[in-house]
Amino acid sequence: MSDERAAAIDVRDAVKRYGDFTALKRISLSIADNEFFTLLGPSGCGKTTLLRMIAGFEDVTEGAIFLFGDEIETLPPHKRPVNTVFQNYALFPHMTVQENVGFGLEMLGRSRAEARARAGEMLEMVQLSQFAARKPAQLSGGQQQRVALARALAPQPKVLLLDEPLSALDLKLRKAMQLELKHLQRDTGITFIFVTHDQEEALTMSDRIAVMSAGEVQQLGTARDIYERPRNMFVADFIGETNLLEVHVDRIAEGRALCHLGGGHALSCDAVDGVGVGARVHLSVRPERLALSAAAQGDESLAGTVREHVFVGTDITTLVDLAGGISLRVRSANSARASAQMFEPGAAVHVTMEQGAGRLLVD
Amino acid sequence: MAKRYDLRVYPGFRAVTFLCLFVLYAPLVVVMVYSFNASPSITNWEGLSLRWYADVFTGPESAKFKAAARNSFVIALVAASVATAIATLSATAILRGGRFRLRLVSFGLISLPLMVPEIVTAVATLIFFNAIGFDRGLLTILLAHIAFCIPFAYLPIAARMQGIEDTYEQAAMDLYATRRQAFVRVLLPLMMPGIVSGFLLAFIVSLDDFIITNFVKGAGVETLPTAIFGSVKQGIRPNIMAISTMLLAVSVVMVTLSWLISRRDTTR
Amino acid sequence: MAGGAASGGGPRADTYAADRTWLLLPAWVTLSILVLAPVAMMLVYSFLTKEFRGGVIWEFSLAAYDQFFFDRGLFGDEPPRIEWTYILIFWRSIWQAGAATLLSLLIGLPTAYYIATRPARQRAVWLFLITIPYWVNLLIRTVSMKFLLRDQGPLNDALLGLGVIDAPLSIVNTNLAVQLGLFYSYLPFMVLPIYAAVERYNFALSEAAADLYATRWVILRRILLPNVRPGIIAGCVLVFVPSLGSFLAPDLLGGARNFMIGSLIEEQFKGNAGNWPFGAAASMILLTLVLILLLAFARAQSRESR
Repeated sequence: MSDERAAAIDVRDAVKRYGDFTALKRISLSIADNEFFTLLGPSGCGKTTLLRMIAGFEDVTEGAIFLFGDEIETLPPHKRPVNTVFQNYALFPHMTVQENVGFGLEMLGRSRAEARARAGEMLEMVQLSQFAARKPAQLSGGQQQRVALARALAPQPKVLLLDEPLSALDLKLRKAMQLELKHLQRDTGITFIFVTHDQEEALTMSDRIAVMSAGEVQQLGTARDIYERPRNMFVADFIGETNLLEVHVDRIAEGRALCHLGGGHALSCDAVDGVGVGARVHLSVRPERLALSAAAQGDESLAGTVREHVFVGTDITTLVDLAGGISLRVRSANSARASAQMFEPGAAVHVTMEQGAGRLLVD
Repeated sequence: MAKRYDLRVYPGFRAVTFLCLFVLYAPLVVVMVYSFNASPSITNWEGLSLRWYADVFTGPESAKFKAAARNSFVIALVAASVATAIATLSATAILRGGRFRLRLVSFGLISLPLMVPEIVTAVATLIFFNAIGFDRGLLTILLAHIAFCIPFAYLPIAARMQGIEDTYEQAAMDLYATRRQAFVRVLLPLMMPGIVSGFLLAFIVSLDDFIITNFVKGAGVETLPTAIFGSVKQGIRPNIMAISTMLLAVSVVMVTLSWLISRRDTTR
Repeated sequence: MAGGAASGGGPRADTYAADRTWLLLPAWVTLSILVLAPVAMMLVYSFLTKEFRGGVIWEFSLAAYDQFFFDRGLFGDEPPRIEWTYILIFWRSIWQAGAATLLSLLIGLPTAYYIATRPARQRAVWLFLITIPYWVNLLIRTVSMKFLLRDQGPLNDALLGLGVIDAPLSIVNTNLAVQLGLFYSYLPFMVLPIYAAVERYNFALSEAAADLYATRWVILRRILLPNVRPGIIAGCVLVFVPSLGSFLAPDLLGGARNFMIGSLIEEQFKGNAGNWPFGAAASMILLTLVLILLLAFARAQSRESR
């Protein structure tokens, strides 16, 4: 039955209901073999539910889930060749690190010796060999995290599920683990499905991201796609920082839309499907794609007044008031302080948008 | 330096607490002290002696007390073991069985022996054995004890289980353990402090019981409490104080053990 | 909370949902046979005719309940009058249990409060100290109490020796002795729920009240007590219910004048003077009282938590 070319995980029209509450509203997505795939969304969006359905801890109310072409809905968790790294690791506190890592193989019926040898290899891989005889409680958070990874990878699953595995770590450790996870995925060639609410984490690690909200996939694409071409308000707002401007589409020609902002301002951007002439929609512009200058640069520069500068370390965000009650955030790199801080609060400036930076949103 | 005005402190509450402890411990301490009295009279103090302890083991009533002690411990051991096993299974169903209609009813049934007054349980059990023509003896005591020990075993076991996240079993099953393997290899070891604690409490409760035992025991079959009660009816004698002190020591040791074990947190 | 699994009314842990029937079977079988069936049988027996040597004759009769509530004279041929003997015994039991509950509350509330305001590490030890005597054999505790309170007992010796009193106090065989015995039997049931409630209490409320010029005792009465009320009610029920049907304390400490329900019932099943249907009927009445009380309590608690 298994098809070599089949997707690692194929979710078809999956619905999950708890009584009256619908946690997942008919989701379909396909995750390719050897892919680092991320489910991203705020808490309560259904991403963990979907992960647990793949792992087998929740049943599917409607629809089906396929693993390399085989339907797995009828398989209990202990028969699915899929392993999970749990959010709080769920390391068995009464077993040693080695026993934890070898547990899966032992349950698969391998000899104790084989399980121990394989656990040793895995611990070497995550550089924890010297802690094999310890109990999980004697390890630091980062070490426990690596044990959980080793334990889930030891039985060589076809797909590895990671449920917010980094959320309990401090920032520095989290950054290091992000890279380590990415390398591990590349080296093992195992499909990773990663759940997180941290957009930066998702953008850093993933081949593809599914942004979820309210039990639905809002957008599915590569990190670049999602950041630069958000499909709707939710995605634009959830990922990164953005200026959301209410616009009126005046004219569409040659794939370009001319949008009216009010206050006499106008901007042009790429037209998108589903937004026609006369539509009242939102235009998203990332603050780093806007630039400040004293004189107008081309005919689409917007004239305004500097309100204040906000120092954010690597960058400076400048708030600019335009006529018509519109407010813009403009971000410039800290090294280019000359250009940003040339303008005292109250100074008149022009704001220019980079070519192709504006994105019309389907609401 | 003036003492900080502490809202939480109410004058007199500490004194009441110490009074409370005094009232709780004074009778026990007095009996313990008098069990070492050399005098055959319980009123006079004639110096330290272990003669009443010797009397318990060799005196005229020693045969009766030995038989009663053996009965008490055998019943407590068996009743607590059976009750603990039943309670462990029930807790697993109630706390790991999802939502189901009989969940609350089952919990109510298990806690029923705690709600029904002991004397009523005693009467009902006696009547029941009488109605079905079951001869009263050791077995009737044992059966009755199993029933009322179940909730005492259940409470610490359930409390423990509630503290164990179900991700541990899920992790085990994710790693290819069957439900049974996940139970035996992961859940049971994690629950062990609760189970031991439940067993010890059930054991003490069984050892402690007087009313129900008194109703359902056969003629001539005694447990320690019924034997002591029989003796006390003729007046408190020093050998009773010696037995009491020993039984008290058993209870205190077991509760202390139970407490220490339940405080051990294996999930950290 | 991560994801929808835990939110929006997701299921509780259900790892062993498939096994729950056989997991619960032993408990159901045991408790049905050894608790439910006996109570049902007791109800049946209370409507049977008494056998003079103990036991019953299988013939329907209301005699047991009739005897409880009505007096028909020595030969049973006079017009029925209300029989006060047993009602008074019940009333005395309720009164004694109530007094013991009040005593437990007066001592238990400050104790529970004091323990709950200790540093976290000390609390467990304090609770342990309070509960340990409870686990000592009830019979031994009651006998110890009797020994301590006796006319020639250590308490009187000590008081006489200190010159507090001139003649020994007669405490045994009084209501006070029974109340002390009941208090001693069930005190932890009062302390534990109140302790739990005080521990959950948010002391910022007390601070807010103090900030608004309330004194300590006003805070206690107006802020603290209303907030820990569920714990107090639970404690009172947990002490009152077992006290009502207790046997050892009234029997050993109370003597003949302080007869309570427990002794009345016990008497019916001992020796040849017994009357099994009457004992069963008295037990049914006690059980009904207790169940009504527990039901009222459960309703009050669920209203409180809403």
